[in-house]
Amino acid sequence: MASIDVKNIVKEYGDGFLAVKGISLDIADGEFMILVGPSGCGKSTLLRMIVGLEDITDGELLIGGERMNEKAPRDRNLAMVFQNYALYPHLTVRENIAFPLRLHRGEFSEEEIRTRVERAADMLELNDHLDRKPANLSGGQRQRVAMGRAIVRNAQAFLFDEPLSNLDAKLRGQMRTEIARLQRSLATTTVYVTHDQTEAMTLGDRVAVLSAGELQQVASPRALYEQPVNLFVAGFIGSPPMNFLPGELGGGKIRLPFGEFDLPDRIAKAAGDRSLVIVGIRPEAFEDARLTQPRDGAFQFEAGVDVTEWLGSELYAYVPFQTHEAVEAKLAELERQLDSEALRTQFVVNLDSASRVRDGDTASLWFDPAKMLVFDPESTVNLTYDETEATRLDEENEADRKASIERARARASKEGAAA
Amino acid sequence: MRAALTARQRFWWTVIAVVVIVFALFPVASIVATSFKSSSEINSGTFLPPHWSTENYEQILSSGGSAQTLFLSALRNSIGISLISTLIAVVLATLAAYAIARLDFPGKRLILTTALAVSIFPVVSIVTPLFNLWRNIGLYDTWLGLIIPYLSLTLPISIWTLAAFFRQIPWELEQAAEVDGATPWQAFRKAIVPLAAPGVFTTALIAFFIAWNDFVYGISLTSTDRARPVPAALAFFTGASYFDQPTGAISAAAVVVTVPVVILVVLFQRQIVSGLTQGAVKG
Repeated sequence: MASIDVKNIVKEYGDGFLAVKGISLDIADGEFMILVGPSGCGKSTLLRMIVGLEDITDGELLIGGERMNEKAPRDRNLAMVFQNYALYPHLTVRENIAFPLRLHRGEFSEEEIRTRVERAADMLELNDHLDRKPANLSGGQRQRVAMGRAIVRNAQAFLFDEPLSNLDAKLRGQMRTEIARLQRSLATTTVYVTHDQTEAMTLGDRVAVLSAGELQQVASPRALYEQPVNLFVAGFIGSPPMNFLPGELGGGKIRLPFGEFDLPDRIAKAAGDRSLVIVGIRPEAFEDARLTQPRDGAFQFEAGVDVTEWLGSELYAYVPFQTHEAVEAKLAELERQLDSEALRTQFVVNLDSASRVRDGDTASLWFDPAKMLVFDPESTVNLTYDETEATRLDEENEADRKASIERARARASKEGAAA
Repeated sequence: MRAALTARQRFWWTVIAVVVIVFALFPVASIVATSFKSSSEINSGTFLPPHWSTENYEQILSSGGSAQTLFLSALRNSIGISLISTLIAVVLATLAAYAIARLDFPGKRLILTTALAVSIFPVVSIVTPLFNLWRNIGLYDTWLGLIIPYLSLTLPISIWTLAAFFRQIPWELEQAAEVDGATPWQAFRKAIVPLAAPGVFTTALIAFFIAWNDFVYGISLTSTDRARPVPAALAFFTGASYFDQPTGAISAAAVVVTVPVVILVVLFQRQIVSGLTQGAVKG
């Protein structure tokens, strides 16, 4: 187990394409780090540079404090799970898992290989399938074999390259918790690449958000959610995504497409003397006035609902609005970066499932203006970003992580003592 | 899933299949039948021999047979030369195709197009210069003198088929092996070679047939028993007398040289069809 230090790493392909434009990351020993971003953001390239399958054009990679740039993959002692699993089809599950051990001839006795493979199979509940060939396994089982091959030797770190993207939704959820459990009990440094923000938020101790080869923000999931540094991170993290609305400022008031109200002091100070900003409001910041009384200082407004989606636990209502032409181009560009395609300008509100707002209704909604985020329409920087709060959230998260590893160790030693 | 054929369609397909099979196999059946006719009954005019006789086989195989020395030495040459050129072609083509499928190096396209150009180059046009060259440097009428031109026929097609085969094997397998701690050679040997085996067998078979069936080089670049392969040797069979056609002996020899080919196909059929790569990636 070791820390991984990525120092200003650059990847330039032969045709001059810059896939990774100088990324620095410190991944602590035992930490679960997520690399997340839309397709083509360089996250997989970065992972492949860490594992040694891509050459590093510039910068430095340290694993456990040792420079690894020039080392071959086999000398880095890392374990990787590929997106398509890359199981050896001519070998049984047992031999697939034993493969890394057998490569180091003489290092492991036949007996030791057997116990190690069986221990890995125990953890992943593969005991019944050890003598089958990968072709006869289901997707989830293949995925577990690939993980078995990773955990069977004492690798310095685990690297996952979108390991769940070939599974169906239900299995993906199950494997996600399985990976989280495994990582906690082994406390091995893990780098996990995904384009799915749910995986990123649920699994990561810290999440690195990448876009177009550049690192946007590294923070705990909660800090990313509550204190995104810019428009991209705000739009990428959260589902349904954050709503972005044009806000015109003037005379201490702000005008949004659905109404005008007084600007809270903190936000007014952040916005400075700008006359136009992009306002970000999370869908869950809205409430149905018929269900909950507006809080003090809340802004209440009427909105014509276009479509509603009732999900049992919550209700999404879509409200169309007229956007401001000054921010339209910027928001369209953001959509492109996020790999999504908005056909119309609308914002989504996430209401209690008891709400009786339906398609075509005029709903009475309210939200707390203090929860607004304000972005500069030019630089897309979050003007309301609160660094002390973000740091506090990260520190809290780090303390939680250490505590949970501590608990996992205590549990393991208790089980060890009992056995 | 295909829809079941109607009775009418089934009938016509059967008719077409029978016609094709008869058209393709009639000459073979005719040769087999002729090979069992005695020399006096060659012109009997019947399809099946009136009296089954092994006279022709004795003539080419048993000691004392008139064409025995000619045929057996030719058979030995054919087997030896074909096997050696197949082996060399497959080993070279495996390495070359692996490099072509996996590595990006300057001249990669050049190699592939050159290989293609060589394989469509008409053999007759280089046979005469080769004849003169071989005589000057002492390769005329030797095994090596045939193995080299055979390689020019077998290598291009081997490289093309194997390169196509290697491209189908997911690259992740080698990468996974390398991350697991394998050297590039170990990754090739332990992860790729077992998967490539069916492709290598198929290629070897094709290469072997090309070398085995060649006539032009065989007749032009040899003059004696030292290196003359079977297809060329058949032309030197003689009848019992000057006026006798050696039809029976040639038919028997043709049957004998067809047998190894049939055996090879039957033997490797399973490897050729094997779907080993299934399950390597998401399925």
